[in-house]
Amino acid sequence: MSTVEELESEDNITEAEAVSTEQYLTFIMEEEEYGVDILAVQEIRGWESATPVPNSPDYIKGVINLRGTIVPIMDLRGRFELTKPEYGPETVVIVLKIEFEKGSRIMGIIVDAISDVYDVPIDDIKRTGFGDNQNARFIKGLVTVNKHMVILLKLEQFLTFD
Amino acid sequence: MSIDLSQFHQVFYEESYEGLDAMEQGLLEMDVEAPDDEVINTIFRAAHSIKGGSGTFGFNQVAEFTHVVETLLDEVRSGDRAMNQSIMDLLLVSVDCIRSLLQDLQAGDDPDLTQATDLKSQFEAILNGESASSESVGEVNSEDNTAEPIANEGGGKGYKIHFVPEETLLQTGNEPTRMFRQLAEVSDDCIEVSANLERLPSLTAMNPEHCYLAWDITINKAIDRSEIDEVFEWVIDDAEVVITEFDLSDSTIEEQASEQIEEPIAQAVSSEVESIAPEPAADKAPVENTAEKEPAKAKAKAKASTPESSSIRVSIDKVDSLINMVGELVITQSMLGQLGQNFDITRVQRLQEGLAQLEHNTRELQESVMKIRMMPISFVFSRFPRLVRDVSRTLDKKIDLVLSGENTELDKTVMEKIGDPMVHLIRNSIDHGIEMPDVRIAAGKPETGTVELNAFHQSGNIVIEIKDDGAGLNKERIQQKAIENGLIDESTTLADEQIFDLIFQPGFSTADAVSDLSGRGVGMDVVRRNIASLNGSIEVSSETGKGSRFVIRLPLTLAILDGQLVKVGEEIFIFPLVSIVESIQMDDTAINNVGGHSDVLQLRDEYVPIVQLHEIFSVNKDEPPADDNIVVVVETDGEKVGVVVDELLGQQQVVIKSLEENFKKVEGISGATILGDGTVALIVDVSGLSKMSGTSIKQIDSAHKAA
Amino acid sequence: MAKILAVDDSASMRQMVSFTLKGAGHDVIEASDGVEALKLAQGQSVDLVLSDVNMPNMDGITLCKNLRQLGTYKFTPILMLTTESAGDKKMEGKSAGATGWIVKPFNPDQLLTTIKKVLG
Repeated sequence: MSTVEELESEDNITEAEAVSTEQYLTFIMEEEEYGVDILAVQEIRGWESATPVPNSPDYIKGVINLRGTIVPIMDLRGRFELTKPEYGPETVVIVLKIEFEKGSRIMGIIVDAISDVYDVPIDDIKRTGFGDNQNARFIKGLVTVNKHMVILLKLEQFLTFD
Repeated sequence: MSIDLSQFHQVFYEESYEGLDAMEQGLLEMDVEAPDDEVINTIFRAAHSIKGGSGTFGFNQVAEFTHVVETLLDEVRSGDRAMNQSIMDLLLVSVDCIRSLLQDLQAGDDPDLTQATDLKSQFEAILNGESASSESVGEVNSEDNTAEPIANEGGGKGYKIHFVPEETLLQTGNEPTRMFRQLAEVSDDCIEVSANLERLPSLTAMNPEHCYLAWDITINKAIDRSEIDEVFEWVIDDAEVVITEFDLSDSTIEEQASEQIEEPIAQAVSSEVESIAPEPAADKAPVENTAEKEPAKAKAKAKASTPESSSIRVSIDKVDSLINMVGELVITQSMLGQLGQNFDITRVQRLQEGLAQLEHNTRELQESVMKIRMMPISFVFSRFPRLVRDVSRTLDKKIDLVLSGENTELDKTVMEKIGDPMVHLIRNSIDHGIEMPDVRIAAGKPETGTVELNAFHQSGNIVIEIKDDGAGLNKERIQQKAIENGLIDESTTLADEQIFDLIFQPGFSTADAVSDLSGRGVGMDVVRRNIASLNGSIEVSSETGKGSRFVIRLPLTLAILDGQLVKVGEEIFIFPLVSIVESIQMDDTAINNVGGHSDVLQLRDEYVPIVQLHEIFSVNKDEPPADDNIVVVVETDGEKVGVVVDELLGQQQVVIKSLEENFKKVEGISGATILGDGTVALIVDVSGLSKMSGTSIKQIDSAHKAA
Repeated sequence: MAKILAVDDSASMRQMVSFTLKGAGHDVIEASDGVEALKLAQGQSVDLVLSDVNMPNMDGITLCKNLRQLGTYKFTPILMLTTESAGDKKMEGKSAGATGWIVKPFNPDQLLTTIKKVLG
């Protein structure tokens, strides 16, 4: 009988795999919840001052030393042209390793606070058009988790510093 | 046993390129009339190794071509053929040809054999068709593979072997018993050996190291003759070996004997026949496979990796010293560790000593690690004899190239990037500098011109000099050209060095007719820009009729920089120490305002444009600018700029980190570094700074006139 | 398992030979020319010497002659790695006391087959 059970459990696994999901780490900004692909997240660290870089966009807060590598820190509110934040004790930096066609880059984004980690079935991601919303290019899609909306971010778009 | 030969390809390529360089160098320094034996030997050995390696690793096209080169060289080496100019030229072209074949292979492309085929026929013509048998090494290769399929149908020929070795056989390391064992193996033990003691001397006359025995061997087995020949291959000249065939007693045993135990010979033969048939097939197949597959594999692998070599050869000394230092570091670390375990204030002094030791270890380690990347500049210099030879021949000029300081070391990356600018400068010297022989004689100079290359270390930099004894730079023509091109206006009076410096300005070219050699659309401005991109500088001095001298200064490494730390507002920036001319403290009155926008500083008899670092870098400064300004005067591309900062901090060596890797190129910043406290400080790109300052020497000159 | 001294000035050949022999369970010491080989050979005894012929500093033939002068190498098999074009080199090698030769180019299998002739 045990063999049957084994087979069943194996079935379960394949079934679970068949529904492909992605994991997202979410954070809050201006009462909205945003998600980034958890595979890109290298670490989460508290906000500390960065060395400002001249002739760079305002939303680049500067560069920090991440174990010997120079990593730029981006203020996500600034990037989305939201209101300027007050950095508080909850302010954190999510360090992301963003893959793109020519390799990968490491970058930190400053967010108000970390929220949660969700399993999101890929099929549930809604890729709605956002009209002429200028931040549309940063958005991969929307998904509903526990009856509220999470905005999933398209990370590679953050690599263009314009 | 199958071994993936492609794992050795990279090493093979590297050593082959080195061999080609050695060949080229040897050929160039060779006196055609009386070639030096050792030089010929070196050249021959290089060709020989390339041929051997390429054959072994499956690059048969290379092996085939190199074979004819080697054959010719061998004739020269053994004195059978005299060296002459045309052979030397042919050999030089062949070096290029082999190099390009290898590069193609390394890049995973099918090599272009047009040139090789053409050259090969030239070689064969020289070799008088004697070695038309230079078939292909590939064929030789298969020939050497296990023998032909065994002649089963020869059906039942056995062999009787009469083997009388010379007495000294053992001294060649050959051992009859091993040979018999091998015979037994190939004949599946169907072998009878009887020793013949006839030659055995009396005990007293016997030399224990000699072999007095002779043997008669009977092989009752239909094996291929070549198997026997192979066993005796090495001793055939040191022994009498007589092999005769005989019909095996029953030639039909093969069919009937499979079960018969009572007939030992037959039994053995039958099993042999069964096993022998598949054996050669099995044996031969993999050999052919390897031969065919290797090039394919090589391609696949080479494509994956970039053709540019990314490995460095490091002398064992450097590695050993590194290991020593790491050892010391470990000792210091454990000493500090122990100290920390039960630390009290009485041991502060020991702590301080330990930390000093640690600092010392770390610095030494850093220096040693940097040294690993250092290679002698001869790697760059070695390509110039060929260049000078080729270019001077094209131009019908006579030129000696004198190299010195070839062992001066510099960073591999710097070296890779300095080659092209140097080629340009040397071509320039030959093309524009050195005069035609008749002109030189008329000017009372030796007919043969000299181009000197020299390299040496000077205060943390490597200095490369390129000096010629040619006509020197023509001041009038440079000035005239600069006026035509609008770089200066007619009324401008310039010192000699300023005039010479004009040749580095964009859009400047002095050659009346753009020659085939130097005027390839690359100007001296590009040379200067390339050198500046390595944090280096170039300057020229010249004397009419005597010659010109270009001096390139480069940092020893791109990874480390001697920096001057400055403070602006709350930020720390770093200036490369090499770019700083001087730092001065002065009050506002020394700074003049020109035309409402650009500030200039009167520095002795010069006016230097001024930039406020906090302005161009938009640094927040709370307090109003102090009356006392600190001006760091930096020089780049021959232009000086004064940079106003708040405070001069210390000087220190910093490790350069890329800002672009994770961010982007930032105007005015060349990189970043990490300071002792772990924070990031940015390194100022001095040449970018002068552009940002919006002023240039021209504006200053007009300002000068206005004032 | 035998202890084999492999001598070749070409690093790639040396690596190939050494890798092949080690793969077959042998113990390999490498030298890049005759001088180095002779030095290594003096410090120990080996079961087989495989040497290239054309090398800087000391060629294979000279190495062979010198090895034969050493008591411990009187009967040691010495195989020369030679090329097919070097027929007279084979003779020269023999007269210097070489046991035999392996013709270049060879592949790992050929190498192993050949050394079996003189080992054990």
